[in-house]
Amino acid sequence: MFDGPKTTKLVEVDNLKMHFPIHTGLFRRHTGDVKAVDGVSFDIFEGETLGLVGESGCGKSTCGRAVLRLYDITDGSILIDGEEIGDVPQKDLRTKRPTMQMVFQDPQASLNPRMTVQAIIQEPLDEHTSMSKAEKRDKVLDLMDQVGLNRKFAQRYPHAFSGGQRQRIGIARALALNPKFIVCDEPIAALDVSIQAQVVNLLEDLQKEFGLTYLFISHDLSMVRHIATRVAVMYLGKIVELAPREALYADPLHPYTKALLSAVPEPDPDLHDTMDRTILTGDVPSPSNPPKGCNFCTRCPAVMDICHQQDPEYREVLPGRFVACHHYANVTTEAASAAASEASDTQSLSNTNTKTN
Amino acid sequence: MPDGAQPVLDVRGLKTVFKIRGGEVHAVNDVSFDLKPGELLGVVGESGSGKSVTMMSLLGLLPTPPADVRGGTVMFDGQDLLKVDAETLRATRGGKIGFVFQDPMTSLNPVYNVGMQIMEPLRKHMGMSKRAAAVRAKELLELVGIPDADQRLKDYPHQFSGGMRQRVMIAIALACDPKVLIADEPTTALDVTIQAQILELMKDLQDRLGMAVIWITHDLGVVAGIADRVVVMYGGQIVEQAPTRELFKNPQHPYTRALLKTVPRVTGTRDDRLEIIEGQPPILGAQPTACPFRDRCDVALDRCARENPPRYDVGNGHDAACFFDARTGGPRDV
Repeated sequence: MFDGPKTTKLVEVDNLKMHFPIHTGLFRRHTGDVKAVDGVSFDIFEGETLGLVGESGCGKSTCGRAVLRLYDITDGSILIDGEEIGDVPQKDLRTKRPTMQMVFQDPQASLNPRMTVQAIIQEPLDEHTSMSKAEKRDKVLDLMDQVGLNRKFAQRYPHAFSGGQRQRIGIARALALNPKFIVCDEPIAALDVSIQAQVVNLLEDLQKEFGLTYLFISHDLSMVRHIATRVAVMYLGKIVELAPREALYADPLHPYTKALLSAVPEPDPDLHDTMDRTILTGDVPSPSNPPKGCNFCTRCPAVMDICHQQDPEYREVLPGRFVACHHYANVTTEAASAAASEASDTQSLSNTNTKTN
Repeated sequence: MPDGAQPVLDVRGLKTVFKIRGGEVHAVNDVSFDLKPGELLGVVGESGSGKSVTMMSLLGLLPTPPADVRGGTVMFDGQDLLKVDAETLRATRGGKIGFVFQDPMTSLNPVYNVGMQIMEPLRKHMGMSKRAAAVRAKELLELVGIPDADQRLKDYPHQFSGGMRQRVMIAIALACDPKVLIADEPTTALDVTIQAQILELMKDLQDRLGMAVIWITHDLGVVAGIADRVVVMYGGQIVEQAPTRELFKNPQHPYTRALLKTVPRVTGTRDDRLEIIEGQPPILGAQPTACPFRDRCDVALDRCARENPPRYDVGNGHDAACFFDARTGGPRDV
């Protein structure tokens, strides 16, 4: 328990499901479900950043929102700071909101254009604290300093700010109640590259200063590599792989992670030409009608017969590394940790897998 | 890419200004570049750098007013596209010059099936009969890798996924065998795995059809993968131009160098701290009299606030608009 900050679990998500019903026909009969998040389990340790990556429509944003109970979840349990919030009614959640906050993707749409920056950042304080007017004003100005906004602009409206500055307003609002846990839903996707780095550095500084824990949702694999401690890869409503950052990027296990990493354009022409690329064919199946067996079986370059029949179990195949893939069905944690001393074993495992590609 | 060949497209001193309430926006300032036959030219820049407006201006696609193309020449096929009459320009667009836009969702008409939309340029520009156009449309869908082309022609845009829609857009742009294809952020709205598919398709098509392509993007990784030559834009101007390998090996302009450093990667070493470019891109309110990057530049000289640097040739087909010489680490001797 004393070997570093990564020992306390702040967030524990177990078998989280978020299905959206489909109603069709004259009588709006319930004919199916969009299984946006379909049985996802992960933990987030205090002070770490868990990156959640995947392509559009894989359910990563829904997952982030469901963890904060912005939806009434279909099934599963969510423990935040030791408290179960999975089945708590929305009205009782209000008192728990201050510990968990969110930074949204689109700084344009998530800030009310008719409120001044002061009013926007102050709103959570109005709702959840009994501070006096003067106290609130001081707190807002402090927050503006912390996120690098000039306090002279407190009475301005969001339209007067650039995209990067607007995202800073959103971050200041999320920080107002001294939360422990912040879900960042694609916070940099709408920003230009030269501004992205500014916002990411700010998020890192704030994490160090306040000991924050992040769930960082993004489709940008290179940015996630920079900011995340551990990374979870989602595909069609499920986590296919979860691993510490270095391990995931250096030696991805799941065929989807491999393909995803090799699809990222490499800004070095030499590397680009020598890289081994896996180009996936086809598109992501619909989450309302996922394929039988493994969700990735329709596009997997290393597909086997069993993949079409059985959904692979999501389990820990190496210490700290979770994968849902039949290729690792026979790898047990004990065997793997025994073999971990001879690191070559892991190597040969990934090699066999590459050959089948 | 045959060196020294006559360029298919030659843009000189292009200048575009938007009139807005209470002033002007100088979106494109004195932009010059050429495009050689069979070449893939990457145009990189952030939003507002003028890359899309440049391409729209040279095809006369900007609504006038508010846009005003104030000067320059665009030589294509022995004619200046800025001077030709509307009829010739219309025949060129979609005919000899194809265009693929960023968002495949909004650039296809939702009430016509895909077949009609591919046949439209064939019938308008090539005067094909309906039957001949239908045959050609099927070939085009096969060319861009859409399976079951016969059936798919009758489908409507909403029945296609994002990647497939972008393939349809490429098929439309290729319909009349264009000499030049201009692709404006064609993969930005797509996922990485689908982007990889489209990039692969594009390279293959360019090899087979031998057309020249201008590929606009904000992603240096995309450019590194497909472009022969790269133009970097900032603040409505071209700040650097070089063959791709040369640019990435030997970036000269402080903006390009900062941009390469600020983008994290999925391979190689990981820095604990991202390099950042301080400040914001410029607001292009007036004719620039200084370097647009000077406020964010780490090697700015006094001179940069007084003069707008011209593009200096640094050899190897490489030029950069900067008074600071990255090779010597001091001011340029001019």
